[in-house]
Formats: sequence, C-alpha cells, structure tokens
Amino acid sequence: MSLDLPTIWAFVIAFAVFAYVVMDGFDLGIGILFPTFKPGRERDSAMNSVAPVWDGNETWLVLGGGGLMAAFPLAYAIVLPALYAPIIAMLLALIFRGVAFEFRWRDPDHRPFWDLAFTTGSIVGTLAQGITLGALLQGVAVEGRQYAGGWWDWLTPFSLLTGVSLVVGYALLGATWLVMKTEGDMQAHVRRLAGWLGAGTIALIALVSAVTPFLEGAYYENWFAWPNVLLTAQVPLLVLIGSVLFFRSLRKGHERWPFLLALALFGLSFIGLGISMFPYVVPGAVTIWEGAAPDSSLLFMLVGAAVLIPIILTYTGYSYWVFRGKVGEEGYH
Amino acid sequence: MLDDISALTLARAQFAFTVSFHFIFPAFSIGLASYLAVLEGLWLKTGKEVYLNLFKYWLKIFALAFAMGVVSGITMSYQFGTNWSVFSDKAGPVIGPLMAYEVMTAFFLEAGFLGVMLFGMNRVGPKLHFMATLAVAIGTFISAFWILSANSWMQTPQGFIMNAAGQFEPSDWWAIVFNPSFPYRLAHTVIAAYLTTALAVGAVGAWHLLKDRTNPGARVMFNMAMGLVAVAAPVQIFAGDMHGLNTLEHQPAKVMAMEGHFQSHPDGAPLILFGIPDEQAAKVHAEISIPKASSLILKHDPNAPLAGLETVPRENWPLVSVVFWSFRIMVGLGVLMLGLGALSLLARMRRKLYDWPLLHRFALVMGPSGFVAVLAGWVTTEVGRQPFTVYGLLRTADSAAPLDAPAVAASLLAFVVVYFIVFSAGAGYILKLMSHPPHSGEPGLEEHPDQPVRAAGITPAPGITVHHRTSEGDAR
Repeated sequence: MSLDLPTIWAFVIAFAVFAYVVMDGFDLGIGILFPTFKPGRERDSAMNSVAPVWDGNETWLVLGGGGLMAAFPLAYAIVLPALYAPIIAMLLALIFRGVAFEFRWRDPDHRPFWDLAFTTGSIVGTLAQGITLGALLQGVAVEGRQYAGGWWDWLTPFSLLTGVSLVVGYALLGATWLVMKTEGDMQAHVRRLAGWLGAGTIALIALVSAVTPFLEGAYYENWFAWPNVLLTAQVPLLVLIGSVLFFRSLRKGHERWPFLLALALFGLSFIGLGISMFPYVVPGAVTIWEGAAPDSSLLFMLVGAAVLIPIILTYTGYSYWVFRGKVGEEGYH
Repeated sequence: MLDDISALTLARAQFAFTVSFHFIFPAFSIGLASYLAVLEGLWLKTGKEVYLNLFKYWLKIFALAFAMGVVSGITMSYQFGTNWSVFSDKAGPVIGPLMAYEVMTAFFLEAGFLGVMLFGMNRVGPKLHFMATLAVAIGTFISAFWILSANSWMQTPQGFIMNAAGQFEPSDWWAIVFNPSFPYRLAHTVIAAYLTTALAVGAVGAWHLLKDRTNPGARVMFNMAMGLVAVAAPVQIFAGDMHGLNTLEHQPAKVMAMEGHFQSHPDGAPLILFGIPDEQAAKVHAEISIPKASSLILKHDPNAPLAGLETVPRENWPLVSVVFWSFRIMVGLGVLMLGLGALSLLARMRRKLYDWPLLHRFALVMGPSGFVAVLAGWVTTEVGRQPFTVYGLLRTADSAAPLDAPAVAASLLAFVVVYFIVFSAGAGYILKLMSHPPHSGEPGLEEHPDQPVRAAGITPAPGITVHHRTSEGDAR
C-alpha cells in the first residue's frame, strides 16, 4: 500500500469521523440518558458538563461531511442521496438537540418540552447515524456516477441493528463521561448504568461483527484471508481484553478509566470497520482512488489540514482543560 | 418527466428555505461578535461597568443566535450531497476544499473558544477571556471569507479545467479563491452584517430610550449603533454600486433582470424605479422611470448603450420578476438606512440624540430592516445566477440528486415544520431578552436563576461582580 494522496485523505476523514464519534458521542449519550436523571440539580449538571464543548464536538461532523465532499466528491454524491431519509432525520434531530442547550435555560416554563427535545433529538440523531453506518456497510446501488436505488433501500434489519447498537454505545460513553464529571448519588447512578450499557455495547459489537463479514464478499476476504487473519484477529482479542478491563475498573470505582476504556472499545470497533471497508469508500462500488478528488484539490487541502488540525486539537484541548474537574464544584452555566 | 420537474422544484425550494433561514443568523452573529469584542475591549480599557453590563446583555442574545446558526448551518453542509449530488460530484473538487478550509480555519476557532467566551470569564480571567472573544469574532469573519469565496466562484468561475470525469478540476487556487466577484461580494456582505447588527442593536437601544431616556446602557448602545449606521450606510451604498458594476461585467443578464431591461437601449437606458415586469410579454408594465439614468449609473455616461435580455437566449434568463423586486426592496431599505444615519447625525449636532422620540421610533422600526435587506440582496444575487449553479457552465436542472419527488416533499415539509417551531421559539427568546432593559449588575451566562451562584472563579478579577439575583426570573 503506497502512501498516496487519496490514502492519506481516507485516513484524515476517518480521523475526523472518529473524533466526532468520540466527542459528540458522549454529548449525545448524555441526551439519551437524560430522562433517567432527576429534573433540577441532576439534569442541570449533566447538561453543564457538556455545554461549553458540544459545539466544538459537533464541528467534527461538519469536517467529516465537508471533508468527504472535498476529498471524495463522488462518494459524497452517491452516499448522501442513498441515505437521504436517515441523514435528513439526523440533521433535524441535531437541530432540536443543539438549541435545547440554550433554550431550556431561557424558558423555565417549557423546560420539560426542551428536555424532551434534547432527549428525542439525541436518540433520533444517534439512531440515524447508526443506520447510516449499517446502510453504507450493506452496500448501495450505484449506476455510473450516481445512486440508483430507492429512498427506502437503507431500511433493513442490519441497519436497524447498527442503529440500536450506536444508541447503546453512545449511552455508554455518556454514562462513563458522567462517572468522571459527577459525584455522590448521581455518580453512583451513572456507574450502575455504565455497567449495563457496557454489557449491552459489548454484546452488540459482537453481534454486528459476526454479521458483517457475511454481507459482502470483500469483507470476508479482508478479515479471514491468510495471512491477514493473524493481524485482524488481534482486533477481537483486544476487544475482549478491553472489556475485561472495563468491568474491572468500573467495579474498582475508578473515575477516568471506564470512559477511556469505553473509548478504546469504540476505537477498536472503528479499526474493525476500517478493515472491513478498505479500500472502498462506497462499499462494493467505489474505491478511495476512484472516488478521490483530483490531486490539485487534495494537495491544496492537505497543506491546510497538516497545519490546522494540530492547532485545532491544541485549542480544543485547552477548552476542555479550562472546564476540567467535577461539574458540581463550580456551577458554570 | 413531470416527476423530474417537481423533484427539482422541491429541491430548490428546500435549499432556498434552509439557506435563507440559516443566513439570518450569521448576518447577525458576524456583527454581534465584533460588537461584543468592542464592548469587552472598552470595558478592559476604561473599567466602566456599563460596558461589562452591555457585554453580558448581548452575550446572552449572541449565545442563542449562534446556536441557531450552528444547527441550521450543519444542514447546509450536508444538503449539497443529499439534494445536489451531481453538483457535488462535478464542483466538489473546487467548492469542497474551500468549505473544508472554512471548517478548519473558522468553525473550529469559533466553537473552540465559544465555550470560554460564554461560560469561562470566572475561570480564565478577563484578559484571556477577551482573547477568546476576539477569536470568536475573527472566526466569524474568516467563515464569511471562505463561504463567500465558494459562493462567488459559482457566480464567476475560473482557475479550473474540465477533467475526463466531467469535474471542475482546480488548476489555479489563487484564481479560484480570489475570483472576480469575490472581493466585491465579501465587502458588500460583511458591511451588510455590520449594518444589520447595528440596526438591531440601535432598535433595542431606541426601545429602551423611549421608555427611559436616562438608562445608561440604552444610551451607550444607541449611540454606538447610530454611529455605525451613519458611517456604514453610505459606505455600503458605494460598495453595492461597485458590486453592481462588477456584476454587469461578469453576469450582465443578472443586471438586466435587476434593472428590468428586456429591450436593449442603444442610446442611454432609463432607470426603472417601479413597474411590473412581465416575462411572457418581455416588457415592464406601468413603469415609472428616469430617462438615461441607468446608463449614467452603470456606465457613468447617460448616452452609453445598454443591452437588454432580448440579447440573451430565453432559456438562460433568471426569474426576472423575483430579481427585479428583491433588488428594489434591498435598495429601498438601503436608502432608508442612509436616512436614519443622516437623521442621527442631525440629532448629534443638535445634541438631542437621546431626547428625540421621532428618531427613536424611526430606529425602532428599522430594527429588522437589515435582515430583510440581507435576504433581499441574497435573493437578488442567487436567483440572478439562475438557471445555473456554476454560472454559464452547469445548469441547475443538471445539478440535482436523483431523488424521488415524495422524498424531497417529505423532507421539505419536515424542514418547514421544524424550522418554524425551533426558530420562532428562538426568535421569541431573543425578543424576550431584548425587552429587558440593560441594567447595572447584568447577569452573565454563568449565573442561572435556579442554580446557586458560586463565587469560585480561578482568577476572580476586580470588576467582575458575581451578581446575586434580587428577583426570580429577572432579565432572563
């Protein structure tokens, strides 16, 4: 595998998507778990723990979308119409979720409504993202340079499975984030939730992983062809180790490790996804080389990305550092 | 075939609807972010509490406007793919990188420092906080730079070759970024954003002056806003004129539609003030016009010939009636803004800026005019670009995604319903905040009515008064 521009960009986009999943994942997870928190103190501190950072987190979604259009315009042009309904649903859900951060403080009389909008937006947005992933993995109909299927093709048992899996997974990230950011009763509550959600996430990872190789010829080859299997087999092995460590750290009362280990499980799943898909950007139809923008586009952006992404990560880190610590200690919203 | 047409029309309606809603928020937040930076700077420099109070007052409004801008903007970055996939495939190699640069240089900068700006005053101290405010303000400007570059390239495309796959392949990025209409559009749009904000801030100040002309916060905001209107309105008219001349050079059909010139005028074209354009008959009914004035404005010579739409094939005409009217709404409002600025100067000379209810009422009525003018200007330039997405090269009809009409109809309906619920609620909250008079000890975003306020700043600077509320729900 030579390191050409399309390959580099495939990794940059993958990085942006993963950064999104890691960061907005716990925001959305908090939204999913919101109804299990008591109105008042518990809900306020859950909200406050992400209020200063959610906007930056969501920007990675814009980079993922904008970057895909820039680096792989053909893939962007095929995938988005193919996944029309879930993508529009995600956008609308994220609107409700996003404005709820501000609106619930402005309007105490209608706070229950905006809390509901926050939860519904988070659940529908996550479900739509999971369905998008599943629908992409199961393949879309392509003719020439266009999507050639209908507007309900995305809906299958598999895409619903990936949708539900992501809801459970994000909820796990949200719960473990709150283990880190809260104290007392609230922490005990989210710690209990994290145990159940961890078990659910791991079971669903196993289920999706078991089904995926049988969706497409290429996936099976990518995982089980000799001698690749020696390398790919490490992924499920690491998931197993990570799972054991996760439950251990949860039981021992660690505050940061459950979140970090949950992220590790997401990271391993993401690597697994990469193994399945590579080198396709639209599975079964368009490889990264076929879908890539001309080199002049990729090079122009790469110069910027190489300089800017490290800077972005630095000040994003600064922003997290400013708002470090338990959310209960200083009411900052 | 009927299905194709209606799917295309629906997709256009959806894009127009979502982008119009979206555009309102950046038009406000670009100006407001700069205004906040000025207020905070003045507070740091002079230590006067009134600036801090105004900063906190407008910060709450900014937070709402910004959140609505973000969520409506994410929609835009995906809609190119969902609804305009052929355009994305062909123009993505040019437009995509410009938008990627917008995300990397502007969106992250804004979002990264917004949290500190909104909630971080007690945590980082005033100096670093000011840096965060500046970063957000600069971010809004950089964002305008890139997105208007992309938009301008669609109007005046250059710096590319067509490749074998039928894509616009970039060959000269400098030529792409700084395409011919870009400097004019950037100047005209950014000044518009400042004017829009000044008019909104001025109207809020005027409203509170009408109720209490001694309110120090209201006086300061009215003074600052009217000062900006007086300067920016004439500058904007000049910038708009330059932009128009540039359009005449590169997109003459758009100017013909703006002017309502169906026929060519070989010896001096009239300036049509009002009339009813009729595209079928290719003439303007009931027109009131000034002879030769259009040639004078556009060519600086009353007898200069000006071609009309009759020289353009009909299939390349924009929607004349829409462009004709939106242009007049924009210009009409611009003239009123100029009048408001002039009146405020007169009030200053007569030392009754804070004591002239007529001026305050005029400023109040003009509050929303910036938003209307921005949208009207946007409609003029975007509808004027039709029937192309990439001017002269890629037709709108050939740009759309292969979607079924019911899919687009369903999504359009969903967007309309959701936007009206969410953005009317948001506009209501903004108006509610604006209806409270600015006052001493203005609460910031850190302090919420139903949460105990903790005086636990890491570097509690002198001048930051952690305000304890006197009455529940006050100014919230």
